Amino acid sequence: MSNLIQLIDGIASIVKNEWPIVNLPASQVEQRVQAGKVVLFKLTGEESVTPEQIATTAVPATGKIIVPLSVFIARKNELASRIQQGDVGVWLDTHEVLEHLIENQADLNTLPIIAVHVERFADGRIFSLGTLLRTRYGYKNELRAFGDVLRDQLFFLKRSGFTSFEIRADRSAQDALASLEDFTEPYQGAVDEPRPVFQRYNRTA
Amino acid sequence: MYKYDEIDQTIVDERVAQYRDQTRRFLAGELTEDEFRPLRLQNGLYIQRYAPMLRIAVPYGMLSCKQLHKLGDIASKYDKGYGHFSTRQNLQLNWPKLEDSPDILAELATVEMHAIQTSGNCIRNITTDQFAGIAPDEVIDPRAMAEVLRQWSTFHPEFALLPRKFKIAVSGTEEDRAVIQGHDIGLEFYRDSQSKVAIKVWVGGGMGRTPILGSIIREHLEWQHALTYCEAIVRVYNLHGRRDNMYKARIKILVKALGIDEFRKQVEAEWAHLKGSPNTITGAELARVSKHFEDMPYETLPAHDAGFDAALASNTAFAAWVKRCVHPHKTVGYRAITLSLKPHGKAPGDATSEQMHMVADLAEQYSFGELRVSHEQNLILADVKLSDLFVLWEKARANGLATPNIGLLTDIICCPGGDFCSLANAKSIPIAQAIQMQFDNLDYLHDIGDIELNISGCMNACGHHHVGHIGILGVDKDSAEFYQVSIGGKQGNDASLGSVIGPSFAAEEMPGVIQKLIDVYIKERTPEERFIDTVRRLGVAPFKAHVYAKDEIAA
Repeated sequence: MSNLIQLIDGIASIVKNEWPIVNLPASQVEQRVQAGKVVLFKLTGEESVTPEQIATTAVPATGKIIVPLSVFIARKNELASRIQQGDVGVWLDTHEVLEHLIENQADLNTLPIIAVHVERFADGRIFSLGTLLRTRYGYKNELRAFGDVLRDQLFFLKRSGFTSFEIRADRSAQDALASLEDFTEPYQGAVDEPRPVFQRYNRTA
Repeated sequence: MYKYDEIDQTIVDERVAQYRDQTRRFLAGELTEDEFRPLRLQNGLYIQRYAPMLRIAVPYGMLSCKQLHKLGDIASKYDKGYGHFSTRQNLQLNWPKLEDSPDILAELATVEMHAIQTSGNCIRNITTDQFAGIAPDEVIDPRAMAEVLRQWSTFHPEFALLPRKFKIAVSGTEEDRAVIQGHDIGLEFYRDSQSKVAIKVWVGGGMGRTPILGSIIREHLEWQHALTYCEAIVRVYNLHGRRDNMYKARIKILVKALGIDEFRKQVEAEWAHLKGSPNTITGAELARVSKHFEDMPYETLPAHDAGFDAALASNTAFAAWVKRCVHPHKTVGYRAITLSLKPHGKAPGDATSEQMHMVADLAEQYSFGELRVSHEQNLILADVKLSDLFVLWEKARANGLATPNIGLLTDIICCPGGDFCSLANAKSIPIAQAIQMQFDNLDYLHDIGDIELNISGCMNACGHHHVGHIGILGVDKDSAEFYQVSIGGKQGNDASLGSVIGPSFAAEEMPGVIQKLIDVYIKERTPEERFIDTVRRLGVAPFKAHVYAKDEIAA
């Protein structure tokens, strides 16, 4: 059974997953993908994925796919016609630099889906990435969280602009559905409701 | 103080339900310990050395007497009949049962209280000056903005799982009493040249393993932009703060790594997009919240009270208390008073259920039913009539709440330490008690004068040892508890971090070490010179020389 929750017009339901994830092959090189190294990347310009990994990533010849950001950037020509058909989405890790996607894909809405991979539950960078994609870069299509995604992140993910959630395989997506309704009236404005409570209601002292 | 409307109450009630279900899932084995940890932490529940510890939020230190009665009830019903007021102005229960924690939160919700974000890697309780709203040197009462910030930060979805904890303090006085420079963000409110409310924004301060005083990221921010500017700061931190090493994960490390200029550049670039967005504070919202913090219905009183003057002249014990525990008030005929939670030989900051009920009654009778918690871990009645001081003192004294030691050597800031906390390297409460007993002579204490002694049981620095005039840090030396001593730290506008005087000491040496530091001060001080000023004038050397003098160590 599918473990994918999708929000369609604000209604959450469990749906079939039509978008297989393409993964990078394991690297022989010690990777600098540890959480928090973004500062290091910015200071040193080091890349997290090797050219060998990108070149040897096995991309299925047909069908819908979500490819790693590094593969999307490096092998864009090869994927061009499939991107055109709307069969290619992109996924990135929380430590990757979102601007790299923006620089390489002028119109994000060509992409039917963007996914963000959560390595650890406690990694809250995903919320800023979602917020930026929606508010700064105008992305309107499906935004998916996958990886260490558990029910107690869903409310925050929804508020940060995510519209689908691939619940970790060992947990029930059915159980997780309820958490989207944990709070009825949030205080602050965020992606799903930009107006803070004081803009939505005439609160009296 | 702020009163909940339906929206506030619903959020707190929904939180209780959410947490109850999380706890149920954990107890049923549906959540692993690792998965439950960030969830319970966001609700203030630690698993401690002997039992869980529940940290209850006291937003910016304000409590009503009804709330304090409830805390007293909870402490006796679910705990061992006492609680510990912390340096974040919160209340900690040391012995609750995990299974009871949802019920405790449900009880708290009935008096508009909660434990939301009192720990975990999120925006914590916003703190401020315990004399906010009544201090004569106050320019802006920061409490309304503290409440606006509280609401904004409560379950802020983007900042739910930050690299590390995040602490914000606000202040609106000439003399900072909120340790603004010791916070991840410090918001200093002032009136600009056009007499408008503006904010000086500090960032990247913090205690902990790597103590750093904050840097000014913006000299002038219009108050309307407080939330969006904080969003810009926290977003840069959320995206780029280190997550690979918890000891290097606070924003201060990022600010230091990038340099304040580069950090400011990134924040300003972010803010350029956020400025004017819907979270911009409206005049109507600030006015609505400010209504909750309007002046109390003060009576018009004379500046002097004959009864008070007579008691002051005839009763030396009362006079000593007035000198240390009574503070000026902006309204003629009123005073603020501090009820000391530092009686000699007791755990600093602890209050029993009986004391909580007693203080709640005093607040109701003498101070418009409200009180505050100070970050120095005492309780404050902010609006007491001069003519009520004597009778109030008698009642407080009968309940062990009138030790006249506020601002003196035995008014020790102290974390729970190794007696309770599983992070601690060493016990801190027994050290505080031993020092209090060493200096258990009020005349001598008053002669030593203004001094702040802060104790932390580990480098997480909950006891603010870095900014103590004397700071004591518990360290682990070959699995034994030792104590490192620093001097010259200070909170306030001219904040500074203390310097370690040398190798650490065993617990039993500590009262003697403090005695020697005081001896040097008494010998070297000029008239009217405070301990901190003597340390600043002379440096560490003479203190170090005396403490480590060979013959004395042998003795």
